[in-house]
Amino acid sequence: MVPLSWYLILSAALFTIGAVGVIVKRNVIAIFLCIELMLNGANLALVALSGFFGDIGGQLFVFIVMTVAAAEAAVGLAIIISIFRTRESLNVDDADTMKL
Amino acid sequence: MEKAVFIIFAIVAVGSALNLIAQRNPLYSALSLIGTLASLSALYVTLHAQFIAAMQIIVYAGAIMVLFVFVIMLLNTPEDHPEIEKQQWLRYLAIPFAAVLIGEALYVFREIRNITLPAQGEAEHAIGTTWSIGTNLFTQYLLPFEATSVLILMAIIGAIVLARREES
Repeated sequence: MVPLSWYLILSAALFTIGAVGVIVKRNVIAIFLCIELMLNGANLALVALSGFFGDIGGQLFVFIVMTVAAAEAAVGLAIIISIFRTRESLNVDDADTMKL
Repeated sequence: MEKAVFIIFAIVAVGSALNLIAQRNPLYSALSLIGTLASLSALYVTLHAQFIAAMQIIVYAGAIMVLFVFVIMLLNTPEDHPEIEKQQWLRYLAIPFAAVLIGEALYVFREIRNITLPAQGEAEHAIGTTWSIGTNLFTQYLLPFEATSVLILMAIIGAIVLARREES
């Protein structure tokens, strides 16, 4: 039996890699992919805890996170398309109008 | 045995995740994210979350990543995609990989007859089966389920409004 801590360490590692990616990447689609990676890191922790405590709630939460991720992908990619139309670029540094 | 499976898939997941942030081409990043998603799906099976594992492949690696790849190809900017040298030897790797895939499929088709299903009662009530997910989703967790449907409706409308071309 794999100990629970291994799953949680893997989950934290994936979440951290995703967070680092969000900070270092400049391409807006790559940032978006890193956000998906962070969601998956959280999902792994939820499924692992659900399995170890015998509670179905964690898996249902993962199910809902997946639908939220699908909705987020649809809206986020629509925003990316509309940014690309006005600025002809996918670099986040080109879309800094709201920065102080 | 279980530890070995965990270590293999954990290494694949972390390796693909690191490749995701190392790649400059967003298409390769998307492909490595699919690798991470697939290995996480395998880990879900080891945690007895079969339904979530199937959903991970169908919804995440299938639907959501296809949407990503579609948008990446739609918004193809030349400066973001430095010219990739074609690696000719890669095409010869396709033949062994296809052979492995076909062999795997044949093995599954041959072995599926020999599988004996567990007794009706105990299989239904195990955590992580479609039965237990469905029962809980439509009884105890009905309100989040309905809220999700409203969320998806909002996402559909939002995506249409945002991506629509402005009438001039």
